[in-house]
Amino acid sequence: MSDAAKVREIRALIAAHKRWDLVFAIVGLLALMVGVLTFVALFGQMVIEGAPRLSWDFFTQFPSRKPDQAGILSAWVGSTLVMIVTAATAVPLGVGAGVYLEEYAPRNWMTDLIEINVTNLAGVPSIVYGLLALGLFVYQFGLGQSILTAGLTLGLLILPVVIVATREAIRAIPAAIREGAYALGASKWQTTSDHILPYSMAGILTGVIIGMARAIGETAPVITIGALTFIAFLPAAPFTGDPPAGPFEWILSPFTVMPIQMFNWTSRPEAAFQHNAAAAGLVLVVMTLSMNAFAIYIRYRLRKNIKW
Amino acid sequence: MVATPAPQIAPVAAAPVPSKKSESRGLGFYYSSFQALKNINMPIYEKKVTALIGPSGCGKSTYLRCFNRMHDLYPGNRYEGNIMLYPDHTNILNPDVDPIEVRMRISMVFQKPNPFPKSIYENVAYGLRVRGERKRALLDEKVEEALRGAALWEEVKNRLNDLAFNLSGGQQQRLCIARALATDPEMLLFDEPTSALDPIATASIEQLLAELKEKVTILIVTHNMQQAARVSDYTAYMYLGEMIEFDATDTIFMKPKHKQTEDYITGRFG
Repeated sequence: MSDAAKVREIRALIAAHKRWDLVFAIVGLLALMVGVLTFVALFGQMVIEGAPRLSWDFFTQFPSRKPDQAGILSAWVGSTLVMIVTAATAVPLGVGAGVYLEEYAPRNWMTDLIEINVTNLAGVPSIVYGLLALGLFVYQFGLGQSILTAGLTLGLLILPVVIVATREAIRAIPAAIREGAYALGASKWQTTSDHILPYSMAGILTGVIIGMARAIGETAPVITIGALTFIAFLPAAPFTGDPPAGPFEWILSPFTVMPIQMFNWTSRPEAAFQHNAAAAGLVLVVMTLSMNAFAIYIRYRLRKNIKW
Repeated sequence: MVATPAPQIAPVAAAPVPSKKSESRGLGFYYSSFQALKNINMPIYEKKVTALIGPSGCGKSTYLRCFNRMHDLYPGNRYEGNIMLYPDHTNILNPDVDPIEVRMRISMVFQKPNPFPKSIYENVAYGLRVRGERKRALLDEKVEEALRGAALWEEVKNRLNDLAFNLSGGQQQRLCIARALATDPEMLLFDEPTSALDPIATASIEQLLAELKEKVTILIVTHNMQQAARVSDYTAYMYLGEMIEFDATDTIFMKPKHKQTEDYITGRFG
């Protein structure tokens, strides 16, 4: 075969290969568009329907039988307080468990068993957590249908996410850094607190916030433990009222959360309540997205000084 | 009470033989069931540089890492035999001896520079912080002394709070040496410290080794025979987990006793 013929053959081959590149690029783009366009359509629909309802009053008023006077005050306050308890539960438990599994646990079948079960926990349907919480927190421990119960339940729900994120973040630290610390005579705890935790903090916080973003939208377990659907008062703020409330009295207060408020409104026949539901949905999505944005910002800030 | 001399102490030797800082006796090491070191017997002389040479996989790094019990960090590793540390006759492989105690006495510099993602100052001060040192003045003094000892002070004295990652590779490795020096170790371990560096940085580290041995006993693993010849006083040739020959560096390179050593050194093998 002449060189010219060879070159022609190679070019034909490359052209054929490139056609497949193009085919895959188109298929991939279409697959991506299905997801993105669906989200844009849903979000757009919600904005069109709900945006006119958004006003200062919408955030500062309790739910009402009159749709134009109904607001999400009790829902967003409830969601915020529940999230605080969730974070206070999931962060120490999840980070502690993750650090233990990575740095301290002996490598044996017990540890393997625990690891497998932690991974499995992430796949348990959230309603099952709700049932567990109803039996354990509400009845057994007598915590009632309270913010505390909801926070503990959602904390347990996102625990696997926090544990897995913590372990991934710790594993990303090169062995040479860990050995460097040990070689200077550091103990396990010194190595963990001076190096492992600070260097993995970005990954851990990202995991925590992604878990929280999931928890804030959870409805099923919160309904199961008995969150109210209509509530026209706020938990007592510390040291207010007569007699003055204790600093943690709010934690045992009844509550509602954003997705339940939405669910309640969507089940009403009046069209005006559907607009309220859309507006509440819009607020919920913005809350979730801003949590994710915060996670990205934190990761950027904390990882700026770390290169490996 | 009359102190009876410990039986291990040899009679004071004639002047040319330096005193021993450490001695390995029947040292073996296993990664799970794989035996990586077999019956190693050799002394490490005080305030001398001892080089470990041999082809890849011969066990020289494994041997080096026995000296600060780095192998304890990973499950399934097992030592046998002794590594004695003098003058106190501590067997550093004894399970009753805490590896942290061993690491506080014997520092290590790794193959690739591994500074912490902290400031230059905090990197050097870390060994002292681990020992509970809080006094700022003393930390400042020790950090400067260690950086001077590692020939890095002049280059970094005006930017001690900069991140260590902003230094060049050779500077990072000297920073790691300073970090190891800051706690006044009795012995320094070097695991191929120049393999990730360019020739100029390598030369500066080699020069540093010559200065450091005035104060501290050095054990260095190197895959570079010229480097062993340049920097060391004693050399051990290892092959397949065994110590084939140990002698003064001049002897090893001029008239080795074993054919195998000679083949390796002359480049016919390895």
